[in-house]
Amino acid sequence: MADETPREDGHEDDVEAVPAPPSDEVAAAVLERFPGTVFHESHGQPVVYVDRAVWAELARFLRDEQQFTMCMDITAVDHLLDAGRVDLPGVEYERFEVVGNFLSHPRNRRIRTICQVPVGELSVASVSDTYPGVNFAEREVWDLYGIAFDGHPDLTRILMPDDWVGHPLRKDDPPGRIPVTFKEDNPNR
Amino acid sequence: MTDPISRLTGKRPRHGSPEQIAGEERLERQTDEGAQELRPTKLKEVVLAGGPWPEMDDPGSTMLINMGPQHPSTHGVLRIMLELDSEVVIQAKPVVGYLHTGMEKTGEELTYVQGSTNVTRMDYASPLANELVFSLAVENLLDLEMPPRVRWMRMMLVELSRMASHLLFQATNGMDLGAVSMIIYGWREREEVLRFLERVTGLRMNHNFIRPGGLAADLHDGWQEDVLNVCDLVEEGVQEYDDLLSANPIWLERTVGVGKITTEQAIALGATGPILRSTGFAWDLRKSQAVDLPYDEVDFDVIYTSNGDVFDRYRIRLYEILESVKIVRQCVARMPPGDYRVQDLKVTPPPRARIDESMEALIHHFKLFTEGFKVPPGETYVAVESPRGEIGCYLVSDGTGKPMRLHIRGPSFYNLQSMAPMMEGSMVADGVAIISSVDPIMGEVDR
Repeated sequence: MADETPREDGHEDDVEAVPAPPSDEVAAAVLERFPGTVFHESHGQPVVYVDRAVWAELARFLRDEQQFTMCMDITAVDHLLDAGRVDLPGVEYERFEVVGNFLSHPRNRRIRTICQVPVGELSVASVSDTYPGVNFAEREVWDLYGIAFDGHPDLTRILMPDDWVGHPLRKDDPPGRIPVTFKEDNPNR
Repeated sequence: MTDPISRLTGKRPRHGSPEQIAGEERLERQTDEGAQELRPTKLKEVVLAGGPWPEMDDPGSTMLINMGPQHPSTHGVLRIMLELDSEVVIQAKPVVGYLHTGMEKTGEELTYVQGSTNVTRMDYASPLANELVFSLAVENLLDLEMPPRVRWMRMMLVELSRMASHLLFQATNGMDLGAVSMIIYGWREREEVLRFLERVTGLRMNHNFIRPGGLAADLHDGWQEDVLNVCDLVEEGVQEYDDLLSANPIWLERTVGVGKITTEQAIALGATGPILRSTGFAWDLRKSQAVDLPYDEVDFDVIYTSNGDVFDRYRIRLYEILESVKIVRQCVARMPPGDYRVQDLKVTPPPRARIDESMEALIHHFKLFTEGFKVPPGETYVAVESPRGEIGCYLVSDGTGKPMRLHIRGPSFYNLQSMAPMMEGSMVADGVAIISSVDPIMGEVDR
């Protein structure tokens, strides 16, 4: 980790120092409430990397105590073979990420929450009891990535046919191709 | 397979590796109401449509019926499973996925230059909003600042697209409710808007005109006259619809008080756009969070009403056309001079004339359109107000020339969920009015 590399400025006291508090007040509140959360400002947007275990609790916290009235979106990312992944200290990266985008109407601000989902245990707690509108979105993530949402009332495929095998947005699920047939390939011609 | 519901759905046998089947079985265990199954609420006896009819003296029996995906008033391929007690809808469940074409997967295979061609086909009634949100997301990852003319041109084009989309709504909404002449009138004005967009972009729909780094071309000579002419025609048309419908007793009978939804329900279900505004909540991203578009410099109003019914959603969309006309007129008056794209050699192809005289320009052009440009690693979420609500683009880059993940938050996808509470307790015929008033575009729902 970065802590083991010698620092050139020589401030040895700072090696274990607490990072600067986040510039975003909601993120600061999240960090205070959920220790272990990592804050990151991505192109001017506040992002918090939270532990998978507190995913549903965080949603309740955002709605009940931080006035985040709407969950705009739940989606996922497959980071298999991702060479350029942003490396933040304190985040234990896994292959899958579940991403939530939240909007507060009264405070007119947004926050994005990201949690890591390991391949061995593809499940996250559902936030559909806090934000019923994510029902379709969580079904979509299940359908296309195979990440299950525990406690979801109706976790079924939504876009793909019911008898489809596999989860198409995974990076190891290759897009189908129709082979090119040349004229001379056809012996009956 | 004795119960009638599974006979109705007719599940096919599963195939695949044992792990996959195990995964599917886990899915089934977690499911108590399948995508293709609707669990009746008042289960005394379930009767399938076309099946043996219930005893007439049995008041508790309900009927399951499929509406769509080929029903003409479901706006494409939306399927709704209805549980009916005679004519009254007890519960409604939208079933989507019939138009799924894997556009997000396709987006991962296309370069950023090609990407706007892909996303523009999602919400095909207002394609420029899709292109805009994608381009803004890419530009956010590139940290590009757009010149003023680009921002104003984008705003004007998106407003024209909003006019076209709402005019389409007026046409189809009228037809769904029996005001069949509306389809002719709505189409007439929409065609004028599309004709102008065709002159500017070359295509009536799926323009691929707003691109990362600016726009594809500048406006043609004399565009001011053309667009003002369109504005006049649209204003006349809106006045005509207003005269035809807004005080028409049959229209009011069909729409007022039908499909009611409250602000709390709309917010909880993630509904945005005219549905949220019809409940008395004036939320419009153009006012509150206008990303990189000069909406704060033009004068327009957010239209909202407080009844949350079909009539209000019709009225909001009708008057929003006039607000868009207002914005477009101001754009004509105040369009700044300058470049129609950002002059950043990383993303901007060289001018056409340079290609004839310079080898380097030719190579540069060729490389941009074959390999595309590289976007630094990072992730971003950008949202703009499309005619249907908040359209968002979540974009993750891994530093290569293609997106690692391209996700579009389609407003119709979320708005569809608000249809169930609107329909419950209403008549089947009102259901048609409700579907129409939600104005779902299935290309965006299924992506």
